[in-house]
Formats: sequence, C-alpha cells, structure tokens
Amino acid sequence: MDIEIRNGRLIDPKHGVDRTASLFISAGKVVAIGDAPPRWQARRVIDASGLVVCPGLIDVSARLREPGFEYKATLESEMEAAVAGGVTSLACPPDTDPPLDEPGLVEMLKHRARSLNRAHVYPVGALTVGLKGDTITEMGELADAGCIAFSQADAPMSDTQVLWRAMQYAATFGYRVWLRPQDAHLSRGGVAHDGEVATRLGLAAVPPWAETIAIDTIVELARATGAQVHIARLSTHDGVVRVRDAKRSGLAVTCDVAANHVHLADTDIGWFNAQCHLVPPLRSGRDRDSLRAGLADGTIDVICSDHTPVDDDAKQLPFAESEPGATGLELLLPLTLKWAVEAKVGLPVALSRITADPARILGIDAGHLAIGAAADVCIFDPAAWWTVEPRSLRSQGKNTPFLGLEMAGKVRFTLVSGHVVHES
Amino acid sequence: MTNPQLNERGELTHLLTLEGLPEEVIRRILDTAVPFVSIAERDVKKVPLLRGKAVFNLFFESSTRTRTTFEIAAKRLSADVINLNIGVSSTSKGETLLDTIDNLVAMNADMFVVRHAQSGAPHLIAQHLSRTDRRHIHVINAGDGRHAHPTQGLLDLFTIRHYKKDFRGLTVAIVGDLLHSRVARSLIHGLTTLGTPEVRAIGPQTLLPAALESLGVRVFHDMASGVRGADVVVMLRLQSERMKGSLLPSAGEFFKHYGLTAEKLALAKPDAIVMHPGPMNRGVEIESAVADGEHSVILPQVTFGIAVRMAVMSILAGTS
Repeated sequence: MDIEIRNGRLIDPKHGVDRTASLFISAGKVVAIGDAPPRWQARRVIDASGLVVCPGLIDVSARLREPGFEYKATLESEMEAAVAGGVTSLACPPDTDPPLDEPGLVEMLKHRARSLNRAHVYPVGALTVGLKGDTITEMGELADAGCIAFSQADAPMSDTQVLWRAMQYAATFGYRVWLRPQDAHLSRGGVAHDGEVATRLGLAAVPPWAETIAIDTIVELARATGAQVHIARLSTHDGVVRVRDAKRSGLAVTCDVAANHVHLADTDIGWFNAQCHLVPPLRSGRDRDSLRAGLADGTIDVICSDHTPVDDDAKQLPFAESEPGATGLELLLPLTLKWAVEAKVGLPVALSRITADPARILGIDAGHLAIGAAADVCIFDPAAWWTVEPRSLRSQGKNTPFLGLEMAGKVRFTLVSGHVVHES
Repeated sequence: MTNPQLNERGELTHLLTLEGLPEEVIRRILDTAVPFVSIAERDVKKVPLLRGKAVFNLFFESSTRTRTTFEIAAKRLSADVINLNIGVSSTSKGETLLDTIDNLVAMNADMFVVRHAQSGAPHLIAQHLSRTDRRHIHVINAGDGRHAHPTQGLLDLFTIRHYKKDFRGLTVAIVGDLLHSRVARSLIHGLTTLGTPEVRAIGPQTLLPAALESLGVRVFHDMASGVRGADVVVMLRLQSERMKGSLLPSAGEFFKHYGLTAEKLALAKPDAIVMHPGPMNRGVEIESAVADGEHSVILPQVTFGIAVRMAVMSILAGTS
C-alpha cells in the first residue's frame, strides 16, 4: 500500500534529519522524502502536522514471556504493547522457560512472532545451556536459527573460566555477547541498593561493587578475547565511569540503561513499594544522575525498556519476595522524552538512543529512514499527556513504578514494513 | 512520603514502625502505658477497654515470648485472642499472605498482630486493608524481617524513661548485630525522635548496615570507646546462624570484642543501665554477672513490655 505521511516533524537521527517534511512509503520501503515521487498516488494519507515522525523504536530488552510464562504475558499481548509503544523491533532475552538454548525454540518463537505481523523480534540466545553457566551453547546453530547475540540474561555466571571460554568462542565466529554486570556472590540475596533506604527498611543489599567488579572482569575479558561485548543495564556511577574509561581506551564496548533507572532512585521505594523492586536495584540519586550524564555524553549508547510483565499476585508480596521487573514497552518513548526535556537534550539525540543506536548494537539495518530503508515508522504527539493505568496499557503486565502518573508522548501511528499496525 | 500509620486526622491507625511517628504520638503511648504497669500488680488484672474485640496474633515466624506478651496484653484489655502460628513463609505454599488476611477479616478480626520474616510484610497488609476500604482494622507490627519491631522499641524507650526520666542529655550505646536487628532500628528512630543527643552503634563492620550514620547514630568499632560514658547500654541478640561464617569467625571471638563484661561496663556511667531484648545468649553478648547484676534492667523490660503493648492496643482501638 502506498502511504503518504504528510507534513510531520521528520526526525531521522542517523542521517541528521530534523525538518518538516512528508514521507512517502511504497512496497514496505521509504521511497521519497519531501517531494512526492513521479506519478505518486497515495492509497492513504496520514496527516502528521504537529506530530513527530521518526524511525520505529528499537528495544534491546523486552521479555515476551514465551515460552513458559504465558500466565504473565503472551506474544499476542506483548507484540500489541510493542507497537502501541511505537516499538517496531525488539530483542528478547533468553530467560524463558525453557531458556532459548536450542535452535527449535528460537525458530518457533520467530515463527510465532512473524505470524502476528507486528514488531520484528530478534531473539538473544542463551550463552550457556539452561543459563546454568557451565556449558556453552551451540552458538552457530542458534545464530542460524535467528539469534543476534548471546547472553546470560539475569542468570549468574560465577565461573569466570566459562565466561572467558564463552567469549573466546563467540569472538572466534564474531557473535555478539551481551552481559549484565553483576557479581553472583556479591549480589547473593540482595534486593535493594546498599544505601540509606536498605538501611532504613532492613532490606538485604546489593553493593555497587557487585556491578563494578563484574564490569572490570567483562572489560578485561573483552580485551583478552576480542569479543564484541555489550554491557546491559548499568546502574551505578562507578559503572558509568568504568565504561567511559574503557571506551576512551579504544575498546569497542557498548552499553545500555533501563528507562526506569534513568528516572528513579532507591528513595522511590518509599515504604516497600514492590513496583520499585527491579533488577538491577534502583540506586542512589547520585548514581541516577551519572546514568543521565552518561546517556547525554554517549557513554551509554541506548535506553531500553527492560520490559518484564509481572502478574499482580507476584507483586502483592513483601518487597523481597515480590518478583522484580516492570512493564515497559509502552513507556519507553514517554520516559525517553521525559529525560530529554529534563536534561535539556535535543529530540534528535534522545530519539537516537532508542532508534539508530540500538540498531547498531543489534547489527540490523533499521532505526533510520533513508530512501530504500524498511518503512518502520513511529508517529507520535510529543505534547499529548496520558495517565499510566492498567486500562491504558496493552501489555498483560500492568505493574510499573509509574502507575498513576501522567506522561507526555502518545504514539498515534506505528508502521511496520509499510503497514499501519497501530493507530490511536 | 505519607505516613501509612496515621489517618487524615494524624491519629495512629496502625503501628508499623517508629520511623516518622511524631514525638507526641510516641509520648502519648508511653504515658498511656504508665497506669497499665500497676494493673498488673492488682488482684484483678483486667480492664474492659477491648471487650468484644477480636485480636489475631498472626505469627508467620515463630516466637514464644513476643506472642505471649501480646496475648497477655490483649487479654488484660478483655479482648478475645486468637493465636495463629503459620510458621512458614507466605510464598509457594499455597495461600498467599493477603489471602490469609482476607480470610481472617471475613472472621471479623479487629486487630492483627503480625510477625513476619520479611521486612515490609505488615506495611503490605496495612496497605491492602486501606486499598480495600477496611481501614477500621488495625495492624500492629510485632517484628518484620530486619526492618522494625516498634513495640520492642517503645518498651525500650519506656524502660529508659522510667530509670533516666528524660532523654535529653543521655548517651545510649547499642551493641552487636545491628545489620539484622529490627530492635535496633526501632530503638534508634525512637531515641532520635525523643531528642536523645547521642546514640551510638557499636559492632564490627560486618554487622553494621552501610548507611547507619544516616539514621543519626555515631558508629564505633571499639567497644571500650563506644561504651565510655554511656547512660544506657543496649545489648542485641546475636542469632546463632550468624555466629560462624563470613560475618563472624566464632561466638567466642564476638564475646572477646563485643561481649559485655563487668570490666567494660565499668567504663560507662556509674548509674548506667543495661538492657537486652531477649532471649539472651549468656557468654556471647553478655556475661552472667552483668545480666544478673545491679545495672541490669532486663526483667523490668519484660514487665513494661506488656504495659506498652496494652497502651498501643488501647490507643488503636480508640481510633476509628
């Protein structure tokens, strides 16, 4: 179908575009920008005046809960949530049940996702069998099945020998390795940042060095093996400093932060608010400020939703027993916009962190709107306010620290491969 | 941050923690407890303040002493007391914590006394009751995880006030495992709220939480300097599972550094009092000569504990 997106504020961070222009889409691709191609006849015209037109968002971490946790969420509900949030490509971590450690599971997931005709799904394969941290997976088979990277998700990797070998093996074939830096021993049993709040509330703590020691290990092994490493979910000031130093020293490492951690700190836990039980734990205000500064200066490449649908029963428990995680696909854009406004960062830079930058980390041709690019597009109203509440969320997960709060930024249209898959 | 223990008129509806409780609320509880001490000395040890009320002692973690003192307190107030020892953690074993609460509410409970191994469990229950519009049911925290044990904190305050009259001018030293201690957290909040100028925490780094100073205490690692000049020395219980492992090498070595002996107590003020929330480990936290000595007020603490719990229950019952 030929679609004309007329007179929007077109922002394409990758190509430095930020101007009012129309976008012309045909056969699933961008065919012209500004002036219509010869003999153009639109089958549909979307009036985007007053709206922002940008590449579809790319989320490097969204749990779809299939297979294994269908009572928390299904592919149907979460793919609906993705496009409602303007997300057109997403990477899903391997911590399903069973974990994504064999090609059949990955193929099934890709097939199920494709049949729903929503966002593009890029599975991240398990780095070790069963995420147990002792035997490396058949990465070649998994890559052929569609895995774009390999990860332990949040599962501990306490055996450094296995980590080293896994990174060597991945480096041999050029596979990406995504690692969340958390020392398994130092974080054992902990549920909150080792600071004032954990002291007051008597919660078992995760010290900041659980993260920094793991980063040191990962960076050192990345140097030793040449593996292409992405550090997932930074949470501490000292972690940001380490990644900045590693990048300055010339190491080709990348990293991300979860949208919740850009805005929240441990003080938001208040009196045991289980909505703020997240992994990694929310840290101090100073840590959060460093994460924001790291995002602005490019130390942190990407903001992700770290979407984790959790059912109510699993949240209605004492803090430490509650299941960590929050729904996020539909909040990725508003929370990124909120950061841009508060940090006085221009919209093109902010949008780059959820479009062009994650595309680079996934190694996919997406997240931009050059002529010939796939027409994955997000059209949003940056000035429209809406309230985060269970009925306003498509995700089956209704739990987020932002429940009840107002957000600016409403997705009006989402296009995937030239098809309108969401409008509101 | 709103205080979930107070209603819109600032009255106490639950007792979850001493943190953030206004000074006048704490003083009112202590004042209310005074006449209840003498009730225990009468022939008929009962008053009708809670007649017809159902108090559920809900113990998800076993405790004989605290449960018994709450039971005695409720019975002296003429309440009907139902004891439930659930004993296991709420998760994974079928019924959830809030399901249990809903069932007991359906049995017309008026007050829950909750002991739970997880920090924050009584808050969760109080929030659930408020969200489901059952605000007339009161929750008393009888100890949650490492977080709070407000009635213990109040009885400690009552004891200190009984012997020392006023908090202004006092130096209070709290010794031992503060990391895992709900008793210490509650006492610290109470003491600072009532204007105690010097609250000291004494222990090895492994048994002190990271940001302890943010609660308004001075941290000491050396027992002698910490106890020197103290008016009150509070010894904390060391759980047996902490005595050996990565936190401490042995009970003997703990006693060597932090056990209260007559010699160390001599560094405190001559009229210093010695407290312990019980049950004591003689020869681990405290030597017998001190526990049974003239400075010890450990048994009066138990007696006052009943009066303080009666005061809390009667104040809550008077709040609609």
